[in-house]
Amino acid sequence: MTRVAQLRNDRRTGIALAVIGAIAVALFPLFRPPLDGLTNDAILALSYVVMALGLNLVVGFAGLLDLGYVAFYAFGLMVTGWWASDFFSSVKGEKGIHIGTSSFVSNLPGIHFNFLLLIIGAIIICAIAGAIIGLPTLRLRGDYIAIVTLAFGEIIGRVFANGDEVTIFGDNKLSNGRQSISPIDQINLPFFGEFDSALDLRPYYWAVLALVLVVLFVNFRLRDSRLGRAWIALREDEVAAASMGVPLVKTKLLAYAAGGAFGGISGAFLGPFYTSVNANQFQFGFSIFILAMVILGGLGSIWGVVLGAVALGFLNHWFIPDVLDGEFVKDKLDSLGLNFSFTEVTFGVFGFLLVLMMVLRPEGLLPERRRQMELTSGEGPLEETAVFEARV
Amino acid sequence: MEAASVTSAPPRRRSEAVREFLSQYGLIAILLILPVAYGIQDLSNDGNLNRLGNNLVEGLSNGAILALIALGYTLVYGIIELINFAHGEVFMLGSLSAAALYGTFGLTPDTGTGGLVLGLAAILLIAMFASASLNVMIERVAYRPLRGAPKLAPLITAVGMSFILQNVGILWIGASQVAVPDLLGSQKHLVDIWGVTITRGHVLAIAVTVPLVLLLTSFVARSRLGKAMRATAQDPEAARLMGINVDTTISLTFLLGGLMAGAAGLISALYQTSIWYFQGFSAGLYAFTAAVMGGIGNIRGAVLGGFIIGVIQGISDNRIGNDWTPAIVFIYLVIIMVFRPQGLIGEETREAG
Repeated sequence: MTRVAQLRNDRRTGIALAVIGAIAVALFPLFRPPLDGLTNDAILALSYVVMALGLNLVVGFAGLLDLGYVAFYAFGLMVTGWWASDFFSSVKGEKGIHIGTSSFVSNLPGIHFNFLLLIIGAIIICAIAGAIIGLPTLRLRGDYIAIVTLAFGEIIGRVFANGDEVTIFGDNKLSNGRQSISPIDQINLPFFGEFDSALDLRPYYWAVLALVLVVLFVNFRLRDSRLGRAWIALREDEVAAASMGVPLVKTKLLAYAAGGAFGGISGAFLGPFYTSVNANQFQFGFSIFILAMVILGGLGSIWGVVLGAVALGFLNHWFIPDVLDGEFVKDKLDSLGLNFSFTEVTFGVFGFLLVLMMVLRPEGLLPERRRQMELTSGEGPLEETAVFEARV
Repeated sequence: MEAASVTSAPPRRRSEAVREFLSQYGLIAILLILPVAYGIQDLSNDGNLNRLGNNLVEGLSNGAILALIALGYTLVYGIIELINFAHGEVFMLGSLSAAALYGTFGLTPDTGTGGLVLGLAAILLIAMFASASLNVMIERVAYRPLRGAPKLAPLITAVGMSFILQNVGILWIGASQVAVPDLLGSQKHLVDIWGVTITRGHVLAIAVTVPLVLLLTSFVARSRLGKAMRATAQDPEAARLMGINVDTTISLTFLLGGLMAGAAGLISALYQTSIWYFQGFSAGLYAFTAAVMGGIGNIRGAVLGGFIIGVIQGISDNRIGNDWTPAIVFIYLVIIMVFRPQGLIGEETREAG
């Protein structure tokens, strides 16, 4: 009986800690200035969480290594560039199209949609793009999938980066090429009004936190759904899954589409937050940045991926530029006769993390229980008892 | 994962034969689109094929570099079924070290012919062995510990390794392109044949590549170690039982791939007269495309694929624009992967399924 009591105690303390943590996460910007660097980094980290959770559906659950995730980020950002700025300024005789915009934006030329519509648009476009990218990979397996997705990511990045040479719908350019599209409309939500990232970052923080919560909820539900179990079956053994009646084509395409949609959501959020869309950032390195989050946290483990994304987000936006390149470390390096900035080699750090994790702890920091058992108990099918325990 | 490959081939039907025919010749047709289209355009605009000819020559010398890199991919993939993602960076570091050695040997564009030839030969050897030992080291550190792990694990370390090496390049020469002395006068015209200009750079690229490829082919085909490599590629377990040291053989494969990449590095430095930390990324992916196009695991195929991709790159650079070339090459990559994963010459890989 004492053990049971202890367990109950443990659970209570656990819940208490979780509640305190959640409150701290939700309220911390109130105790910071409105335009705070930490809040800024936290917003970026949380938007990476959304993307990493999306990539986790494809790589972690379905076991399809996607090296071109930047494509969905690109589409998500471009959606805001197209439909929330004066980019298509000639539309409707320079009067513009406005749906659900604030009174200020309503007078601008170009197409301007409300943020919620942008999110829906990004989800639709990215889901379709995901399915299209997934189609050619259906017959392939393993590392060939990785290369085809990489190629698609590069193609899409290139097309947007040179989009000023491409015309669509008459005289309109596809993108602004290497120049950025700016300004993007601020987020304007019903009941909350229009945000202003130049004055106060906190609304953006809470908006992205809400997005993360929704995405987390969807992720957990997906994982436990028929589809999620089909993905995991596919990852474990494609042939066995197919012979058990898992429809391979549909399951795989849904993985790409769902994963892509999350990337689109995050992109559609970051457009208004950055207030500009720059096609130069659509590079392979970004795909690896997101992949590193998934790997660091643990492939297939939802909380692990959240941890990985937050950790790498802060590593990228705070630890490397502010701490490693800060005065203190700089002085130490100078005294050793070394003179270089860590910001320059950020991606080297991510690469190092990838190698280190794969060699030392391939299951990630917070491993998914099923995968951990596989990796620790050797290859081969799971033990019968392990199958019954294999729920997180 | 492997189980699917075991299923025996069903009896061939006519539709399958048609599909086979289409996949073989369709790819060749797609490859010919660019040269034929621009050939027709040239004929109607200028009345001759000079411009296309120049693109082709340019493309062939690009292709020589790609072919040497592609050999590294194809050898490694043939033996351990791993896309050695860091291979492009091995080439890049070969290029960087070759350029650094110019100064060590005191080579300048004014050096006499004899000194230049001797110096470059020495640099070629050093660059080759530098790249080779780097490649072997990568295998030891990043891939060997993961042998037997799920197949995607070494691919992910390979990507990580590639980023590490790129950043080594950044620390070495900085993040922007650096011009290196044009030792050979690579733009200097040697001969004009039918309006097609052949420069020293073109001759150099072919003159280094062809002997190296011949040496490599005969090494793999004739020598004892080459035989061990082929045996390991076919069946590592059986090779081990026959007394072949599989680990050494795999190291040897990485060594050979690195040698070729180092040579490509020197040619690239001499030919492009500039070096850049990022040159390995695109070159690596183009070379990988070349290796797949030729049939991965197939040495002659890799060389053929290298020249083809080089020509596509040459035409695209000149006609469509430098910025679009990666997109064009990657579109070819996707087409090949999807419709003919076994490549032009055809090496059935397990991936091709």
